Amino acid sequence: MREFGYQRASDVQGAVALLGADPGARALGGGTNLVDLMKTGVERPAQLVDIRELPLDRIETTDDGGLRIGATVTNSDLAAHPEVRRRYPALAQAVLAGASGQLRNMATVGGNLLQRTRCGYFTDVTQACNKRSPGSGCPAVEGEHHQHAILGASAHCVAVHPSDMGVALAAFDAVVHYETADGPGELPLAEFYLPVGTTPHLETALPPGALITGLTLPPAPVAAASRYRKVRERASYAFAIGSIAAALDVRDGVVHEVRLAFGAVASRPWRAREAERALTGGPATAEAFGAAADAELAAAAPLPHNGYKVTLMRNLVVAVLTELAEEAAR
Amino acid sequence: MALSTSSAITLHINGEKHSLPVDHRTTLLDALREHLDLTGTKKGCDHGQCGACTVLLDGRRAVSCLQLAVAAEGRAVTTIEGVADGERLHPVQEAFLDLDGYQCGYCTPGQVCSALAVIEEHAAGWPSAVTADVSPDAGPPALTAEEIRERMSGNLCRCGAYVSIVQAVARAAAATQSSNTPDSDGTSHAADAADAAVSA
Repeated sequence: MREFGYQRASDVQGAVALLGADPGARALGGGTNLVDLMKTGVERPAQLVDIRELPLDRIETTDDGGLRIGATVTNSDLAAHPEVRRRYPALAQAVLAGASGQLRNMATVGGNLLQRTRCGYFTDVTQACNKRSPGSGCPAVEGEHHQHAILGASAHCVAVHPSDMGVALAAFDAVVHYETADGPGELPLAEFYLPVGTTPHLETALPPGALITGLTLPPAPVAAASRYRKVRERASYAFAIGSIAAALDVRDGVVHEVRLAFGAVASRPWRAREAERALTGGPATAEAFGAAADAELAAAAPLPHNGYKVTLMRNLVVAVLTELAEEAAR
Repeated sequence: MALSTSSAITLHINGEKHSLPVDHRTTLLDALREHLDLTGTKKGCDHGQCGACTVLLDGRRAVSCLQLAVAAEGRAVTTIEGVADGERLHPVQEAFLDLDGYQCGYCTPGQVCSALAVIEEHAAGWPSAVTADVSPDAGPPALTAEEIRERMSGNLCRCGAYVSIVQAVARAAAATQSSNTPDSDGTSHAADAADAAVSA
């Protein structure tokens, strides 16, 4: 591991001053991903700015009835919060589906958004990787890619974003708030992650030196009937090979409102807007759910070893929406 | 001016203060084992994937291999050396002993620290990934074998002593629960019920 300086920030202004002054500085939250990547040499910060003591560890109800979630709220506290569990159950379920109890106690909401892909070529510094070392190539396209992207990828990178939490946040239109030395800003989650294109090393639209201070979730009554389902290669403590966050409001057999987002299929949490459009105002039947999944997955471009994900995601859409529709009818 | 790459820190471990200089790269795990001779905490994968290095930070379980020592300053660290009350073992340790919740024992300190936290997290009403309804209005889930397996999934046991580990956690949880209630006869019934619940 490269040697590094360490400073503990006591307020947000101090933290962004440190981050803004040194391009080699990185914010340290729980460190569950950053410290690991420093051990393997993928991350080589000159300085860590420890932000865990910043007053960003609260979850509050907003005036409009949504939630404001501080950046240093731990995954555990987010998933245990009564209002998250009551009003956005898929978000609590998504967080609980990720990592282990130990890691969820350490990991923070801001860090979750900024965690890096678990693509084996990215995490192995002896391998080529356009995300880690721009222009070096993407061995995954012709190599080990059974866990890789089927949507929104490019020949330059087929890695997936590993977050479970982010999938639920995408479904619920979360907004990311940040602070820089020049002032605050915000980004809807839909604009937070950059398209892969020819620049997979550029992952987010955050300005240089920015510190994520928190998220807001707009009020979403539909989210009260929501679910996160994760498919992985063992029963627990593994990254998804496909996941879904879904919310459904059915009235008299007709889809009044639906939210759908996919995980582990793209470089970012994938909001399934084509499927939502296909469903809204139509019948809440398994046939319609399947057709909507097909509409979304028409854009899928699977590689030789991850075509199963197209079927997997279709099955997840039908299964989870059918469950939600049946529960609504009770 | 180049930033210093080391610091003099004070760690609070098992109720005692330890002052030491650390290179910033030092993890809490290495500080415990290599600097403070607290070798009960074990190094397995060193990448947060196995749980052998689990300790409690401010009462919550965490993997000490991904926790920088310098960032642990000011936080209360509990290691396996601080779990027992002198010579009197903690009920979780007793349960692991009584039910053979191990084979080689290497993962056991991490399993015990994790189990302590699992019991507290469950008592606090935290749901898990296998909890059918996460709504707080649904009430806390029963600590079934399925719940224990999910909640303990961050602790690997390469000997495969999982069956006994699940039973030990269930018994310790039941013992903890009944020791918090005034019914003096509750302990054995609760423990029996826990054994029955997880042996199915």
